[in-house]
Amino acid sequence: MKKLLSILAFMFLALSVYSPVSAIEPDEILSDPALETRAREVSKQLRCVVCQNQSIDDSNADLARDMRLLVRDRILAGDTNQGVLDYMVSSYGDYVLLKPPFKTSTALLWLGPFIIFVLGFIAVGFYFRKRPVEKTISTINHTPLDDDERAKIERALSSTNENEGNTK
Amino acid sequence: MRRFIYVIPLIVLLGVVGASIVQMKSGVPASKLPSVLIDRPVPDFVLGPIKGQSVGFSSEDLKGQVTLVNLFGSWCFACLTEHPFLMRVKEQNLIPIFGLDWREKDVDAGPMWLEKWGNPYTRIGDDPDSKGAISLGVTGAPESFIVDKKGIIRYKQIGPITPDVWDETLWPIIQKLRQDKS
Repeated sequence: MKKLLSILAFMFLALSVYSPVSAIEPDEILSDPALETRAREVSKQLRCVVCQNQSIDDSNADLARDMRLLVRDRILAGDTNQGVLDYMVSSYGDYVLLKPPFKTSTALLWLGPFIIFVLGFIAVGFYFRKRPVEKTISTINHTPLDDDERAKIERALSSTNENEGNTK
Repeated sequence: MRRFIYVIPLIVLLGVVGASIVQMKSGVPASKLPSVLIDRPVPDFVLGPIKGQSVGFSSEDLKGQVTLVNLFGSWCFACLTEHPFLMRVKEQNLIPIFGLDWREKDVDAGPMWLEKWGNPYTRIGDDPDSKGAISLGVTGAPESFIVDKKGIIRYKQIGPITPDVWDETLWPIIQKLRQDKS
């Protein structure tokens, strides 16, 4: 068991270190590794606008390749990471960012899950508060049966006895 | 009545699923969202000439008159469908058209295409690495922009310009922009 766990842990670690295959072709890579790392970082945040749910880092689309090259051009020209992202946003809008920024128009998107969680929490609280189980049991115990109820029970008991007798 | 409470989550879920389906079926696809460039100046770009021509096309060329900017490519089938109409616009001298020849794999491809089908463009910029296209937020060809006298983008047409699109949308916008003083 311990061995299995350690193997799993190792596999998980290996997966997290190894970044999945990207679409970058060898001729695109910048000679300066520091700049290349920045270019990768920026590319991973930009949506491939012709494939929608991939970053330009992952996509083989022609336009994604041109966008990657443009990202590298701008980084080489001395632009900051945020500057490159801002440039892309200025022509494609927030849509080009894979992670939508927090704005009034996206507030519901970001806060929605938390709001639902809190509402759910409140609902669960109400649910348990409405059922004071122990109290119900104790009131049952302390209220004696009145005459009507006793008569009903006796009638019911005697009728079941008769039925049993008939079937025998 | 108390029982009703248990059904609420199911109703909410069905509501969310229903709304999502309606939005997916009838809503605007993300790629056709209104461009952020509308009512903003044309981004700066300078594009070289295509093979066989001496002048390219830069964003500076768009100032002083209402213009149509059209992005095309010889590889783009939909561009060919709108091409006869663009030729008519040129013949009738309706508006100067500025072209971006986008992502030609071969330097001869664009010029050959124009020779075969006609050249409706006042100026053409070669855009082999999408620099112009990306600055204009382009996702596919053809795309066209109406630019006013001050060089501000006023309309973006995604997909081919058909006679209907022209009559109903583009031409009225162009005429209105021409009447604007200043």
